This record gives sequence, C-alpha cells and structure tokens, in this order.
Amino acid sequence: MTGLDALSGGFATPALDSARAFRAAMEALARPGTIREVAGAAPPGPLSPAAGVLILTLCDPSTPLHLAGGWDVPAVRDWVAFHAGAPLVAAERAAFAVGDWAALRPLGRFAQGTPDYPDRSATLIVEVPRLAADGARLTGPGIRGETWLSLPAPVEPLVANAARFPLGVDLFLTHGHRLAALPRSTRIG
Amino acid sequence: MTDYNFAYLDEDTKRMIRRAILKALAVPGYQVPFASREMPMPYGWGTGGVQVSAAILTPEDVMKVIDQGADDTTNAVSIRRFFEKTAGVATTTRTAEATVIQTRHRIPETPLREGQVLVYQVPIPEPLRFLEPRETETRRMHALEDYGLMHVKLYEDIARHGRIATSYAYPVKVEGRYVMDPSPIPKFDNPRLKSEAIQLFGAGREQRIYALPPHCRVESLDFEDHPFEASKADHPCALCGATGSYLDEVITDDAGGRMFVCSDTDFCATRRGEAA
Repeated sequence: MTGLDALSGGFATPALDSARAFRAAMEALARPGTIREVAGAAPPGPLSPAAGVLILTLCDPSTPLHLAGGWDVPAVRDWVAFHAGAPLVAAERAAFAVGDWAALRPLGRFAQGTPDYPDRSATLIVEVPRLAADGARLTGPGIRGETWLSLPAPVEPLVANAARFPLGVDLFLTHGHRLAALPRSTRIG
Repeated sequence: MTDYNFAYLDEDTKRMIRRAILKALAVPGYQVPFASREMPMPYGWGTGGVQVSAAILTPEDVMKVIDQGADDTTNAVSIRRFFEKTAGVATTTRTAEATVIQTRHRIPETPLREGQVLVYQVPIPEPLRFLEPRETETRRMHALEDYGLMHVKLYEDIARHGRIATSYAYPVKVEGRYVMDPSPIPKFDNPRLKSEAIQLFGAGREQRIYALPPHCRVESLDFEDHPFEASKADHPCALCGATGSYLDEVITDDAGGRMFVCSDTDFCATRRGEAA
C-alpha cells in the first residue's frame, strides 16, 4: 500500500454517516447481545469496516488509541492518522484500543476507571472471527431476561471484567460490517 | 440545509458527547462529566437535553418535544423548531410516531417501545446535592455507595409529615448500585423509568450526562413500612375522562373554579379523537 491509499476509505458525508453509525453503536451498547450493521468506512486490513466505522465515529485527537498486535501496521497507522488523528499509544494510556482478542489481553493493562470516575476507562474494539447470537448467556441492564452472544475465547477475562463493576472496560465486538457490544454491566453465564 | 452542520453542534463536540453517552449506558445511573457547550438558549431551558438530542439525531428520526407533558408550550415549541431548522428532521406530537422524544419533567403516558429514545432535560443531576453541597463529598459518597444520608432525609419526611413528602424528582436506585435523580418528573412517573426505550439524561449547566438502558432495574427508595406510592390527583380528566393519567390542575376563573386535565396533551387529544 502506498501512502496515498490512506487518504481513501473515510466517511463520504461525515456528519450524517457518523450520526447513523453512532446510533447503531449506542443501540448495540444499550442492548447487549444485539448485532447491528454499520457502513461508510473502508479501512485497510486487518481493520474491519465495522471497527473502522467505530474509530471514525468515536476517536479524534483527544482520544489516545492503542493498535494491538497485528493491527499495529503502517497501513492502519496511516489511515487512523489521516481520518481520525488519534494519537497512537501503549495499552496503559489508551482510551480506545483495537485488535484481536489474543492481542488485547490481558485486560488489566487498560484504564479501568476509578471509584470516583468509573467513566475514565478504556473502550476496546475486539475483532472477532465470528459474530452470532449464540454461545455465552448474557443478563443485566439492557437485556430483557436473557440473551446469547458468541464471545471470544477464553471468556474468563470477560467474567472477571464484569465482576469489577462499576469499574472495568467496555467492549465492542466487530466482524465485517457488523458489531455487537459488551458493556461492563453485562453478567456472563 | 447548508447554514448549519447537521444538528447544529460541530463534529468534535458530538464525538465528545457520544463518548459520554456510551460510558453513561455502560454504568447505568452514574453521572458522566462532559464539556457542555454554550447553546443559543439560556441554561435552564434544556441545553443539556438539546446537546444530547443533537448528538444522537439521525436524518431519519422523527422528533417530539414535550414540556410538562405538553407539545404546545414555549419551551417545547422553540426546541422543536430548533431541530427542524438545524437538523431538518421531521417532527410530530404523536408519541407513537416519534423515534426521539425530548422531555422536560414528564414521561409520556403511552408506553415507549424499542427503537425510541427518551431524552430528559435535567436541572440538578446530583440527588445528594441538597443534602451535601460539596461535589468532592457527593462523588465520594457515590463511590462508596454511602447513601445513608438520603434515607435519613426520607425518614425525616415521615417523622415530620407522617409520609414521604417528596412528590417529584423522587430518588431511585439503579441496578442496586447508583442512587439517581430521575429529573423533576412527578413520582407518578417513576414506575415507568423501567422502559423498553433508551433513556438519556442531560444537564447542561451542571455538565453531566447519565442514562438508563432498556429493561434496567430502577427502584424508588422507600421503607418496608412506608412503601413507595405513585400518587396523582384523585380525579378523572375533565376533558377525556381518563382515570389513570397524570393530571394538571387548571384555574378557570377568579372565583375558585378549577379543573383537572391530562398533563400529556397528545394522550388526551388522542383519547378525545377516538371517543368522537
């Protein structure tokens, strides 16, 4: 990929595309386990279109971003720098992080919030090989009764994250053009 | 639609508010600080709600704005026109047709459904503020889940009046963790805080956003021997005859004449339309 490729793949109409994308992300986070489709971004691999949409919608120069493992490649760095301008940082300083589940663990490296300010915690964008409404049983706010979502294995770090509520990180799971969310308030199992 | 960025706010501001909304939904009932902007209306006119609405609106939305249940009061009309002008969205007075409803101090009588968002205008977001004026202390009380002071306040109500006298902005506990101010809605509306819709609360002057995801557990604080009661004026609506809706008392002359009518104008008008 040449440097010029980084200039394409952003939102065509940023105000409208990000409004629609945020609404989908908000509905997903408010209703854990539901899967939404988003559109508008065409980022370079291995970044998925859904993860690209989330970065364009939520990240900017005020939100340090951590690219984990195989996602920390020049093509992704250039694309993020041009379209979002988020400073790239280590996991410990990140407000957002993107990568696969293996590269993002352990979760304890990320900001967990403080008892006074639980909102000051990282949001992780986990690229998953499969996203479907089956697998782990989820309960908690936003869920009527119970629901199911395919969570990345191993699931133990997510169970531990939920047990830290109101502290902990919040996760978006992305695959292709689709996303789901797992806030810290969701109980697993 | 070239005079304004979509929904008035610039994109940096919208991203900042959107990030706050996501954290608010992840920690239900916790007040997330945000960098409230100056809006082209004074604090106290719903600037918090307006900023939250601006951050969540899409071009496809149908918006409804109510003030104490009414679509036709100054505050509601001016905010509705603000978004017609700056976002170009369709507006309605019908609760069932709206996808985003901004409200001052009421929850619509018509049950909300999935896909709808209710945005509250909040004057004082901190439920402990009148008991403890120091922000550093109330923040610590929330962190330690130290809500004894609030129960003392409710107990003193009972000692003085024989019952819990708080009739609006009645405090609730969210998912068994955070005590939250539901904004100055009548306590009649408290049971409806458990909803199918997403509920977002914006306080512009106080720079706080908080939220209730759908199906969230919301309990009004009470005591075993003084259980919470969602009360209203003991009359039917003088216009539509509804017995289960929240009522406003309207003075009709200077000789003591008065009537009780539904506070929710859409609910009342719909019922009268169906009866006719």
